[in-house]
Amino acid sequence: MIPGTRHGLLGVGLAMGALLVAIAIMGPALAPYDPTAPVAPRLAEPSPPGAPFWLGTDDLGRDVLSRLLHGARISLLVGLVAMVVTMTIGTAIGLTAGYFGGVVDVLLMRLTDVMLAFPGLLLAVALVAVMRPSVWTIFVVIGLVSWTGVARVVRSEALSLRERDFVLAARALGASHARIVARHVLPNVAPTLVAIAALSTSGTILLDAGLSFLGIGVPPPTPTWGRMIQEASAYYRVAPWLMAFPGLAVLYAVLAFNLVAYGLADRGTSAR
Amino acid sequence: MRYLIGRLAWALVILLCATWITFGIVFLVPGDPARVVAGPRADAATLAAIRHELGLDRSLPAQYGRYLWRLARGDLGRSYANRQPVAATLARCLPATATLAAASLAIALVVGLAGGLATAPFAGRFVDRAALVCSLAILSAPVFWFGMIALYWLGFRWRLVPLGGAGTLRHLLLPALVLGVGTGVYYARLLHTSLRDVLTLDYMRAARARGVGPVRLLAVHALRNAALPLLTIVGLDFAALMNGVVLTETVFHWPGLGRLAFDAVLALDVPIIMGTVLLGAAFVVVTNLVVDLLYRIVDPRIRLG
Repeated sequence: MIPGTRHGLLGVGLAMGALLVAIAIMGPALAPYDPTAPVAPRLAEPSPPGAPFWLGTDDLGRDVLSRLLHGARISLLVGLVAMVVTMTIGTAIGLTAGYFGGVVDVLLMRLTDVMLAFPGLLLAVALVAVMRPSVWTIFVVIGLVSWTGVARVVRSEALSLRERDFVLAARALGASHARIVARHVLPNVAPTLVAIAALSTSGTILLDAGLSFLGIGVPPPTPTWGRMIQEASAYYRVAPWLMAFPGLAVLYAVLAFNLVAYGLADRGTSAR
Repeated sequence: MRYLIGRLAWALVILLCATWITFGIVFLVPGDPARVVAGPRADAATLAAIRHELGLDRSLPAQYGRYLWRLARGDLGRSYANRQPVAATLARCLPATATLAAASLAIALVVGLAGGLATAPFAGRFVDRAALVCSLAILSAPVFWFGMIALYWLGFRWRLVPLGGAGTLRHLLLPALVLGVGTGVYYARLLHTSLRDVLTLDYMRAARARGVGPVRLLAVHALRNAALPLLTIVGLDFAALMNGVVLTETVFHWPGLGRLAFDAVLALDVPIIMGTVLLGAAFVVVTNLVVDLLYRIVDPRIRLG
């Protein structure tokens, strides 16, 4: 393969992500209207896109563009924080299992197997019911159901690293396990972690949208993209734009992180 | 044979853990199942009677023990909501979900094989990159949104398929396509990657030198080896497919297990929740087992692993 051809993906992904972050930060300032207030002249039915409501208004007369811009912040925040939770749990379990090996490895990987057997979305629904819906609950629940993939990858990397000379040398010099993991194993897993983090963010954004679509995501009145799609589903025949725009927003955000992930993974393989 | 017994025993342990975790979670849900059964207007005496009847006044270990004891004898209990046996309810909803899952898996495999084989020879070229970006875009769309867009155009505007429900092949077409194409695109990427690796191996050059045509080379010689990673993923990803099933069933009003489980969680119908989770976990465990066994048949090298 020609070197550098795929790196375009990484660049495009990073640019899309930067725009998304900018919108998430400045969104509320850019939004022309209050996202939770009825602003359309006719409140009873959704109005199609056109001036002065560029993406139309919903069934409660709220401006879709303003809701989308406000939703960017919460959707991105949930995606990123849930990713951090996912990565923390997954990395901790994967490193412990891979580095120590033996019984610890067997036990932790068996736990991972059990988690993998659960239909994740149903587990998430049940967990949300236990902890009551709030932004914090969503962070934790998404992390709790999606760490398994991270744990598997990190474990296999740690498993090969622990036999490498520099780790053995550090151990011979009397370094503690904690120090070896923190100073020698973790930095070597880091490049992989960055790629998985990007991939896992696209996963958490999708899962968050799915939970919102089922009506158990971040509670109202916060406008989230997933709930906008769910609310629009009752009107999809008369007002298809209501579901089209938030769906495109989710697609854009997830695509940005997917491109970054694939770009990074590709760079990793061609560098070796 | 010893391997098989070990695997079966482990499958049972996983299922046991699944019941344990689910029971714990459901027990922690702040809400009173007796209230769900009795309705909002029941008085305290009725509630107490129902609690006693359902065994809710006992401790968690006692309730769990009772559940396991009945489970061991094949009794899944009765739904709190409509007093029907759970086994009968599951049996009623299973065919719909099994049909949907099987149809979408079939579509996914067709899309995956065709997509992977068609793009592999173009690795690194423009066609390949265009295909990659297209498949990433499809993978990035929420499955329920994809479903609603499809429903709007194919169902509402062009009137090619019904707008929801189940029963005929035409009802099945759209949900299966929506669920299958997304998964298939993912399979196609995996197959593409592993085909690309296999195509560089010496035995491929040897086959080419012997005069094997390009189509046969790819579809027979390369595919045999490249299909192995795909097989693993199909098994591992079955749980993810179940996630898609819940969402797809919601969009298309498909009367299956996903909807049943979701409604049961919202209604605190513990026996139904336990039953569906157990069935779902059993599905995943059995699929993984079958894939492992298939793996051994396809690749003799790991037969004695």
